[in-house]
Amino acid sequence: MSFETAMEIVIKAENLTKRFGDFTAVNSVSFSVQKGEILGYLGPNGSGKTTTIRMLLGLLTPSAGSIEVLGINVQQNPEPVRQQVGYMSQKFSLYHDMTVEENLAFYAGVYGIVNRQRINAVLEEIGLTEVKRSLVQNLSTGWRQRLALATSIIHQPPLLFLDEPTGGVDPAARRAFWDLIYQQVEQGVTALVTTHYMDEAEYCTRVGIMQSGRLLALDTPQGLKKSMASTTIWDIHATPLLPTLTRLEKHPNILLVRLASDHLSVITAKDMDKKSLEHIIEQGNSKCVQIEEAEPSLEDVFLTLAGNN
Amino acid sequence: MYNRLISLIRKEFIQIIRDPRTLALTFIMPVMMLFLLGYAATNDVRNIGLVVMDQDQSPSSRRLIQAYLNADYFKLSGVVFSEKELRARIDNNTARAGIIIPPGYGKTIAAGKTAQVAFILDGSDPTVASTALAAAVLIGQAHATQITSERVKKQGLSNMMLLPIDVRTQVLYNPGLVSAYYMIPALIGQILQFLATMLTATSIVRERERGTIEQLIVTPLKPWELVVGKLTPYVLISFLDTLEVLAAGVLLFRVPINGNLILLLVLSGLFLITTLGIGLLISTIANTQQEAMLTTMFTILPTIFLSGFFFPLAAMPTWLRLISYAIPLRYFLIISRGIILKGVGLSSLWGEVIALLIFAIAVMSAASLRFRKSLD
Repeated sequence: MSFETAMEIVIKAENLTKRFGDFTAVNSVSFSVQKGEILGYLGPNGSGKTTTIRMLLGLLTPSAGSIEVLGINVQQNPEPVRQQVGYMSQKFSLYHDMTVEENLAFYAGVYGIVNRQRINAVLEEIGLTEVKRSLVQNLSTGWRQRLALATSIIHQPPLLFLDEPTGGVDPAARRAFWDLIYQQVEQGVTALVTTHYMDEAEYCTRVGIMQSGRLLALDTPQGLKKSMASTTIWDIHATPLLPTLTRLEKHPNILLVRLASDHLSVITAKDMDKKSLEHIIEQGNSKCVQIEEAEPSLEDVFLTLAGNN
Repeated sequence: MYNRLISLIRKEFIQIIRDPRTLALTFIMPVMMLFLLGYAATNDVRNIGLVVMDQDQSPSSRRLIQAYLNADYFKLSGVVFSEKELRARIDNNTARAGIIIPPGYGKTIAAGKTAQVAFILDGSDPTVASTALAAAVLIGQAHATQITSERVKKQGLSNMMLLPIDVRTQVLYNPGLVSAYYMIPALIGQILQFLATMLTATSIVRERERGTIEQLIVTPLKPWELVVGKLTPYVLISFLDTLEVLAAGVLLFRVPINGNLILLLVLSGLFLITTLGIGLLISTIANTQQEAMLTTMFTILPTIFLSGFFFPLAAMPTWLRLISYAIPLRYFLIISRGIILKGVGLSSLWGEVIALLIFAIAVMSAASLRFRKSLD
């Protein structure tokens, strides 16, 4: 019985498709989200993440496919769904000419909450008490993100949609923001979070990888990395670096090569050994300084999947 | 529902107060327009520059000139001695009219014959020209009548020489024919139309431009709550503006309010529904505040010319007059001028009231059909 509850499905999308004229923004995407999960949606800008979320909220009508959120058909009946979900849109829908407290009180009122205690509790919980009288236009992006999160949880929704909540802030602020997301999830909230930061995907229960409107993979971060089992990841220090990169890119036995800070990260098939890789590099004028096998990262997974499609 | 609506209205007021410049403009603009229309845009032409070329230089010719200058339609702008000079004065705008009295004018009059006088007008501004023309003919005729009666008196026939018809004219409602009396009731319509449409359209489009509309849609706010909540503050502002213009008209221009003020305000409210609806419709079309502003201009400007605001409907070609029936302002102008100037009641205005009702229902239905809680 407890197992059943743990597996409760809160979002179920089947063959979800959205076309704008000739352009297919979301192409036959199917997935489901379980209660208490953090589902990460990873993909570059324009890959269809926001369009998917908007369809889940009933903001856009799907061209094809079906959606159930919290057991309700969103297309037919969006209002009861909207009562029970929190949404933080990419633009942080805040009123810049109003204070933090006024923004929060407005959304509280709209959800029928007149209790000042709830507003103060959320201000405290999200760490906004010290700026509550500041106008939003005078706040940095980090504060605005927190306020946007606060407005989306004011009515204590069991399901949260966070669309690129951490865009444009420094890594420390991002980390702090993710602590707030975890805080919510610990209280039993389910969250669907989109991002294009690979490191953030590691914080998720499961990660969906999206590219050009298609959901290429959906698994736990560990599971995704395991999908790289047929390949080897190499960290290569070589001089000169860039000509080496150019040459490796052209070589048929190299699946993928990219610059990773001061070295190259190279993906090859499993049967490639260190010697033959060294040989390929030193065919030109490059000198190998160091070659080491490395653990696959989500970025490797993403680039491999994106490259294959 | 009550809480949701109050929250939205309160939020809207906070935003209005945080933008004091726009708020000030909404109250300064009507008074500014009132002054411009009351003083500058008047058709009451006075003091037309008259240049005189008196070739007769007799007591009779001087009497005629004095007759022209006594009426305040004309003021002396100069004396010239050739026709060429007279034309030059009109050409360079130092005079709008000229009078030429030929030599022998006095003698002809004294001989009991008909003397001729030439009056030359600058027709480039038709309003000035038509006033000057009418005044020139009228003053000339009055002067001629006076000369005739003087001649008759000399011959001792005073009682027998009466004019066969004596037309007594009486102008109703605006006996002084003051333009401001005509303009101020119209200005109320214009303000209700312009401000309400513009403020509604931009306030909703601003939410779309900033992306806040997306957040509003996912809240439990119902579409009608969203509309009513967003419109209420602007209904209030538009009404305050109406009262402001009425008060300014009465206090500064002494416009008499002959009819029922309450009826005027109620019917203003009816007209306001239509204009707010137009603003709402514009907000469903425009994506940016700039677009909303331009679309408002595009919608409002033709109505100023086709509603009888400046130019009388009776003077328009038939096809334009037919178009004017599709303009709500036309009906409201008849109502506001009727109530304020004529002091008439509902019984004289029911046709216009029904027309406004039809517009209100049609525009609001169209707006609510288009105004959806979705981004599609």
